Amino acid sequence: MTTASMTTDEVMDYDEAIARFDPVMGLEVHVELSTETKMFCGCATAFGAPPNSQVCPVCLGLPGALPVVNATAVESAMRIGLALNCEIAEWCRFARKNYFYPDMPKNFQTSQYDEPIAFDGHLDVQLDDGSTYRIEIERAHMEEDTGKSLHIGGATGRIHGADHSLVDYNRAGIPLIEIVTKPIVGAGERAPEVARAYVSALRDLMRALDVSDVKMEQGSMRCDANVSLRPRVGDDHSGPEQLAVPLGTRTETKNVNSLRSVERAVRYEISRHAAILAGGGSILQETRHWHEDTGVTTSGREKSDAEDYRYFPEPDLVPVAPPRETVEALRATLPEPPAERRRRLQTEWGYSDLEMRDVVNAGAVELIEETAALGTSAQAARKWWLGEPSRRANAAAQDLVTYAAGLGFTPGDVAELEAMVKAGRLNDSMARQVLDGVLDGEGHPVEVADARGLELVQDDAALEAAIDEVIAANPDVAEKIRGGKVQAAGALIGQVMKAMKGQADAGKARQLILDKLQ
Amino acid sequence: MNSDLTRATAAELADALATKTVSSVEVTQAHLDRIAAVDEQVHAYLHVDAEGALAAARSIDERRAAGESLPALAGVPIAVKDVMTTRGIPTTCGSRTLEGWVPPYDATVVTRLRAQGMPILGKTNMDEFAMGSSTEHSAYGPTRNPWDLERIPGGSGGGSSAVVASFQAPLAIGTDTGGSIRQPAAVTGTVGTKPTYGGVSRYGLVALASSLDQAGPCARSVLDTALLHSVIGGHDPMDSTSIEAPVPAVVEAARNGDVSGMKIGIVRELGGEGYQPGVRARFDEAVQLLVDRGAEVIEVSCPNFDYALAAYYLILPSEASSNLAKFDAMRYGLRILPDGVDDPSAEQVMAASRDAGFGDEVKRRIILGTYALSSGYYDAYYGSAQKVRTLIAQDFERAFAKVDVLVSPTAPTTAFRFGDKLDDPMAMYLNDIATIPANLAGVPGMSLPSGLADEDGLPAGIQILAPAMRDERLYTVGAALERALADRWGGLLIDRAPQLDASMVKGA
Ligand SMILES: [Zn+2]
Repeated sequence: MTTASMTTDEVMDYDEAIARFDPVMGLEVHVELSTETKMFCGCATAFGAPPNSQVCPVCLGLPGALPVVNATAVESAMRIGLALNCEIAEWCRFARKNYFYPDMPKNFQTSQYDEPIAFDGHLDVQLDDGSTYRIEIERAHMEEDTGKSLHIGGATGRIHGADHSLVDYNRAGIPLIEIVTKPIVGAGERAPEVARAYVSALRDLMRALDVSDVKMEQGSMRCDANVSLRPRVGDDHSGPEQLAVPLGTRTETKNVNSLRSVERAVRYEISRHAAILAGGGSILQETRHWHEDTGVTTSGREKSDAEDYRYFPEPDLVPVAPPRETVEALRATLPEPPAERRRRLQTEWGYSDLEMRDVVNAGAVELIEETAALGTSAQAARKWWLGEPSRRANAAAQDLVTYAAGLGFTPGDVAELEAMVKAGRLNDSMARQVLDGVLDGEGHPVEVADARGLELVQDDAALEAAIDEVIAANPDVAEKIRGGKVQAAGALIGQVMKAMKGQADAGKARQLILDKLQ
Repeated sequence: MNSDLTRATAAELADALATKTVSSVEVTQAHLDRIAAVDEQVHAYLHVDAEGALAAARSIDERRAAGESLPALAGVPIAVKDVMTTRGIPTTCGSRTLEGWVPPYDATVVTRLRAQGMPILGKTNMDEFAMGSSTEHSAYGPTRNPWDLERIPGGSGGGSSAVVASFQAPLAIGTDTGGSIRQPAAVTGTVGTKPTYGGVSRYGLVALASSLDQAGPCARSVLDTALLHSVIGGHDPMDSTSIEAPVPAVVEAARNGDVSGMKIGIVRELGGEGYQPGVRARFDEAVQLLVDRGAEVIEVSCPNFDYALAAYYLILPSEASSNLAKFDAMRYGLRILPDGVDDPSAEQVMAASRDAGFGDEVKRRIILGTYALSSGYYDAYYGSAQKVRTLIAQDFERAFAKVDVLVSPTAPTTAFRFGDKLDDPMAMYLNDIATIPANLAGVPGMSLPSGLADEDGLPAGIQILAPAMRDERLYTVGAALERALADRWGGLLIDRAPQLDASMVKGA
């Protein structure tokens, strides 16, 4: 049981914090590569396999076993580096990071230290107002993941206080790319938004490169957020006087497992630091844990400068020296950068900035692209994807792609639904009912419409009879329409639809009413 | 061939097996009988796998009877240093921490032995995790030198050389990080080669110092050593540092042995002061024999060899401190709960287990290595040592531009008595002064007998060093020298080793 999680830290109002301090961030993002096999052995990497079923002497660190580098992982690392506008090392090595921990089979992590595969890059990210912020990339390096500890008993699920712990080594040795930014300065009050936008842009980039699942909730993309504050100088967070102020002591917040959490955690740490500094206290350099439920961070282990990983070059591996031709060949395989692609699609689809932003935030770009490719108009595709499916995905705390995939709900279904609307078989409200049925697992749109008996009545005689009845029952309204108040027709249409039990084409009803009264 | 199968060379056994003069079961059983008779005294084996060896022998005999064409050494039994993993056979590395550990996989070298059809007699004793030059650091007690049971058999691979020297196996696998194949060969009157780094797979060799470790063959003759070398050598995709090239033509070189016109360099820095007179005398004679056979001798200087020992004792402990971190009682091996601690943490269990599982020499080197890699000290220690390593490699390059091979005494002294250097680590370390440069530079080296020192009548060794990937030169020179000495002695030096029989065992 930890007392830290019981105490509540003081926080300063965010606007006040930003008025008094200048935030500086450093973001470290770990991306699990979706290679078939692990970084240094031939074991499979499938998520969710039974514990310790994807292990061998190498990834269990058995005496005598040796690593062999996964060439595909190195290739992915270089593609990521290139997509981040990095230099690719002509010669680099792996290094051992030595520390004892039960989920690390060799008690050292094979990583890279002062010779990363990629370095000195940048990524331009788009903020909510459409402006662009450039994040400088310090490095992207290769390393192996650790196993996963499960602490049984105790109150916190953490190692302290647990009755016993189990370790699953399936994850041990899965290839990771760690992407480290240079200090992110000058963002001022937008620092939390910049952090989220950056992680979001990285996620899009990894998807476009097809190198990782980037599922934050499954841990295949993890973000550690370093935050420090320094006193405000001058009017501008990015002014030269401000930038000249030395950096404050930082904290590193871990366990930040969603885009929203990245923003919230950074914001929280800024407010927490500000309260301590304003009260004359000093920041403890430490690891903090983010708690999604309560929205606060708590103290993890203290991380002093004295922590010494005794890095040295990994003697069991030969250096990685990619020929320049290989690097250039990989550069040629890079996909269109997500930001450019978005601009292109927005033009093609004729979306407003606001519409495009909603689509991006909903994670629906690819889905709409696929739907449009099936002949559905971009506006209709947007309307359907951002409606009920997005609402349900949000309620399930899943991203739209994952939610739809889990349900087997495809762009083909949306195209089928919209085709029925266009063919005049369904009106809008009927189409919504059909969509509900599809999302409830009742089948594909045509099946659901058939099963529920949803179909517009094509019999004009029945419709005309209903209209005549409604006109007769509402002579005053009819008079207004005759007098030119076309918008009064709405009241009559509603009654006609009611009489038809919804199974009529409202547009057609409107036309008939107007024809009769004008 | 000798009627006692244990005294035959591997080459003779291979011929006799191929012509079905003897069966592998007969050969294997003869060695198991020999082990039963003498190993109580020599203590060269940590584990004997009689059942497994005989089963492998029977299988080979059956395949041969069925007319199958078999590899060259099929049916010839072998012993393996306890630092190589053997599936189903315990592997301890001479340490308490691995007592009873049975690996679930074979080292690549072991895979190749099995593929060759060689019955594995058992696992040989060694200094704990290959740290030492005497086997006195084995957690299971020292191995005795067959030439004098009161003396050390060398180390760390004293067990492998001693089983060969005491006719308990015709062949053995050793490993050499700073001389652990060559120095035991020298003090037991046998032959041993440390191949070029990367020439033999390290997969399944429990690492002491990854950048220095190399497995190699131990035998009683140069040809036998070459036969085993050619079986275990060659590229292995499981070892990234393994060289992608065919095994040098070592067997042909050992059969040829023509040194006429070869240039042989005597390393000025590896001789003279600090070397026992009898060792020096035999070395000088051996060099003269090579000259008699047409070789040209040149003295060369490798000035940076003077710093080899210091560099070695920074690089080795640094790598070892990291390599041995995995022995933490979490997944395998000895687990000790700390005394007087209720509900101990994982860290406390690790500490207590490592304290109980490792011997003093291992702890000494882990502490040295941890210190040398610490931030603030890294550049001064590990970094400087790596620079020395480069300088030593350059010394070799310059020397090999002038000569084909280099020679020196293998070890400064003959076998010393138990306990003589146990309390003086520096004196123990100095034993490897002549063998360490080859490991630092990755070049191949061989030790073979040069004769018996006058002052104590014990074997002395001569070391031959060649450029990387030119291992065959070791065998050319080694074979030439072996023949010249055999002409003088009327056979191999090992034939003059004292008999270890039951009566002597009881008297000892
Ligand atoms: Zn594995």
